[in-house]
Amino acid sequence: MSATVNPPVVFTQDELGWVSWIEPLPEAELTERHFNGLVDRARAKSEYFRLLVRDPEVLEARTKTDKDIFYNVADGLPRAERELAAAATSRYNGCIYCASVHARFASTYSKRREDVQKLLDEGVKADLGERWNAVVKASVALASTPIAFGPDNIKELRSAGLDDAEIVDVINGASFFNWANRLMLSLGEPSK
Amino acid sequence: MATTDIIDKLAGIEPGSALNSIRGKRVQARENAQKSYLSLFEPIDAGDFSLLERAAVAAFVTGLHGESPVATFYRDKLAATAGGPALLQAIDAEIARGKTSGPYGSFPAGPLSVENTAGLIYRVDAASKAALGNRLVAALGHAHLLVFRPRDAASSDMKALLAAGWSTTGIVTFSQLVAFLSFQVRVVSGLRTLAAANA
Repeated sequence: MSATVNPPVVFTQDELGWVSWIEPLPEAELTERHFNGLVDRARAKSEYFRLLVRDPEVLEARTKTDKDIFYNVADGLPRAERELAAAATSRYNGCIYCASVHARFASTYSKRREDVQKLLDEGVKADLGERWNAVVKASVALASTPIAFGPDNIKELRSAGLDDAEIVDVINGASFFNWANRLMLSLGEPSK
Repeated sequence: MATTDIIDKLAGIEPGSALNSIRGKRVQARENAQKSYLSLFEPIDAGDFSLLERAAVAAFVTGLHGESPVATFYRDKLAATAGGPALLQAIDAEIARGKTSGPYGSFPAGPLSVENTAGLIYRVDAASKAALGNRLVAALGHAHLLVFRPRDAASSDMKALLAAGWSTTGIVTFSQLVAFLSFQVRVVSGLRTLAAANA
């Protein structure tokens, strides 16, 4: 609820802030129930999480779903490509804030910063090579309403080398950002 | 788990199947998607967002995605909720009026403006307003925006919800519910598609 907001007008890998349009809980009012909802206590510093923690049970479950889908890399799809699915979904839905965070992660884990930037600059039709194209296309098909994900997406992911467990990671990662994007886009706005 | 996993149920995932074992590799995600569902539809406190309103919004949102086991599930849930049967006709009519293809909408003015895509700006029909009441009329309008054109969301939309009697906490839970369903309907669709490809 800061007085000055400087919204970005392009997709970027730069770090952005986020400003709530409605009142987050003040830090001083957080109880143990709220801290359980935040999962990480440090998130009490974030306006976004102090807003979502108004419903602590939903936030806790959302956060734990998110963490397992993206951070559990004991097996399955490499982290870079889970982040790519998140960035592509955010690019397609139009969430500049979410795209900035997950494009940065995709760059960090893939070491393909320029390809990631190409996705942001050119959009979801950018040519990023067979494997990444298949992940982006599947994410876009899932983000569409009505959902356009079909047997051709499975075929393309398979010929790009993904097995069923990795395809489920794409489905989870892309689907999750249809959750995250809608919160970030509708409860506040990014600021440079 | 004591309760049936709702995503497994809607996606038709059977114990012993290959997809069941793949889902089992993300136990936290599976259990917490379920907890998200339970926290939204069987909350500790429904004071800011009633169970009837939750069921009505869920039937509307999943219905907008087209016919599916998920849409049927939430329509049945609305029918089974106290006060729900009286809303079914209005919700069905609004789904029919609201169906379109997304995402569309505008970007902040600048280089991205060339990507702006026009589409339906949905408002609840006058004929449905009496059955739905002020809060649900505002909620369905906003839910439609969240489903199809989330990038159009503006601070004025929050003010409209507040003016229609929604509390700040109610807006948070309502937004979570629509956003969660956007996730759930896609996971179910994706898993069903994968299962069918293996059949």
